[in-house]
Amino acid sequence: MDPLALTLIELGAVVFCLGLLARLAGRIGMSPIPLYLIGGLGFGAGGIVKLDGMHEFAHLSGEIGVILLLLMLGLEYTASELVTGLRRSWQAGVMDLVLNFAPGAGVALLLGWGVVGAIVMGGVTYISSSGIAAKVITDLGRIGNRETPVVLAILVFEDLTMAIYLPILTAILAGVGFLGGLQTVGIALAVVTMVLLVALKHGHRVSQAVHSENSEVFLLNVLGLALLVAGLASALQVSAAVGAFMLGIAISGATAHNATRILEPLRDLFAAIFFVAFGLNTDPTTIPPVLFFALLLAFLTAVTKMLTGIWAAKQAGIAMPGRFRAGAALIARGEFSIVIAGLAVTSGAVPRELAALATAYVLLMAIIGPLAARFVEPVVKAIRKPKRPALAGAR
Amino acid sequence: MNVDETELPGLGVRKDFITASGRRIGVVELREGETELFVSTWDDPDTCQASIPLTADEAAALGNLLGGQHIAMRLAEAHKEIPGIVTRQFSITADSPFQNQPMGKAQIRTRSGVSIVAIMREGEVVPSPAPDVVLHTGDLLVAVGTQEGLDSAAAILRNG
Repeated sequence: MDPLALTLIELGAVVFCLGLLARLAGRIGMSPIPLYLIGGLGFGAGGIVKLDGMHEFAHLSGEIGVILLLLMLGLEYTASELVTGLRRSWQAGVMDLVLNFAPGAGVALLLGWGVVGAIVMGGVTYISSSGIAAKVITDLGRIGNRETPVVLAILVFEDLTMAIYLPILTAILAGVGFLGGLQTVGIALAVVTMVLLVALKHGHRVSQAVHSENSEVFLLNVLGLALLVAGLASALQVSAAVGAFMLGIAISGATAHNATRILEPLRDLFAAIFFVAFGLNTDPTTIPPVLFFALLLAFLTAVTKMLTGIWAAKQAGIAMPGRFRAGAALIARGEFSIVIAGLAVTSGAVPRELAALATAYVLLMAIIGPLAARFVEPVVKAIRKPKRPALAGAR
Repeated sequence: MNVDETELPGLGVRKDFITASGRRIGVVELREGETELFVSTWDDPDTCQASIPLTADEAAALGNLLGGQHIAMRLAEAHKEIPGIVTRQFSITADSPFQNQPMGKAQIRTRSGVSIVAIMREGEVVPSPAPDVVLHTGDLLVAVGTQEGLDSAAAILRNG
């Protein structure tokens, strides 16, 4: 068959299947990410059907998907929110980092994947899925809850940590030495600080530069600039994704709103292809040997996230049930764990089993997380005897 | 009244306070312009019994209802001494003949003897509105007059 026709047919079939999977996910009220991963596993190397025609397209689209994921994450926050969030939650943030990085790194060392593998797996188990957490908070009607700002502040801290972590990871994966690594970290820190300062003082100018009343012009402006910045960041070895994230932070106000609205469908498409592409490159037969470690990590890091949330909520003066709700909301891992694992696997600097472990782990956590968030409250209530406050008569 | 404001990064701003009966009540102003109204449960002020998404129109209407009630009660208090004087609220519905018309066109005072003492609009009060104030859907008119006068004012606003 004509290669173009083959590519189109394969791509069409995959995107159509993704549509069905997303619909199924919506029906049962879960995040579509695990289903996309399973879809990719089914189609890819060692899967049921082998798709070779769309390989190249899937790879580039996946890269664009990561850039859009991070760009939209940056658009969600304003620079001032990041700075206040950082100031208010740095203790909980550091505790979160230590508690949740350690299990992943430890298991990677145990499996003999070396320091590089440890840094990658640490990142995979550290970062919560802000997408799933936000969905859980909205779906369960917890926007007005008192622990919600605590949860969001931790997520903000994690996202900022990503801006430092990803450049370090890129440098390490590229195999630069200790000095080269330090240099990249220096560049990354300088870039992050500079962008935050510029965004705080001159955010409106960046917004003005991309803004346009015409939605077509606006879309092309934002997308073009994002790819350009991502490419430049990549050339400086600061990681393309971080470039896009920082651009997202610099764009603020009404422009950020419009950009979010206009980019959302694109992000959904390219991010879905990214998850499928990651699944495609993972051989499902490599999962069973690492399944035990995935389960172990799932258990350990569910507990460590829970502890993080409980501690942070306690510091904010929140009562017992709220502390558990905060912890459970943080358990889900998702898009960014896959972004980290994807970066590592593409570079070839880590064993391929890492992709299998990351896939199995994210599959577990993307399902356990929302379930834990939903059921933690009744469980806590059942264990503790409800005490009526003095004003109970006024209900 | 001490209203707490809390930033919710990526979502919006939460504004709430504790009522005398021990419930936390407030709104979250979401980035997309929608409002989420919430009330805490009686046993755990950290969590919400109900969290209700409101569109901009619905939030304005609710604001009018709450504020209008307050004004009407104060007026009723003031007119308690005068027998036969009553306060009532009229809302301008989408099918009212006077929506997007100046209030003077309805000639309420001339035709029914009723005074419109305030208009509640999007949570704000327009006190002693002049006849040239244009009425909009969702406005709440606070009227003072006799029982019969108010009945005919209601008919005027409904049927023209």
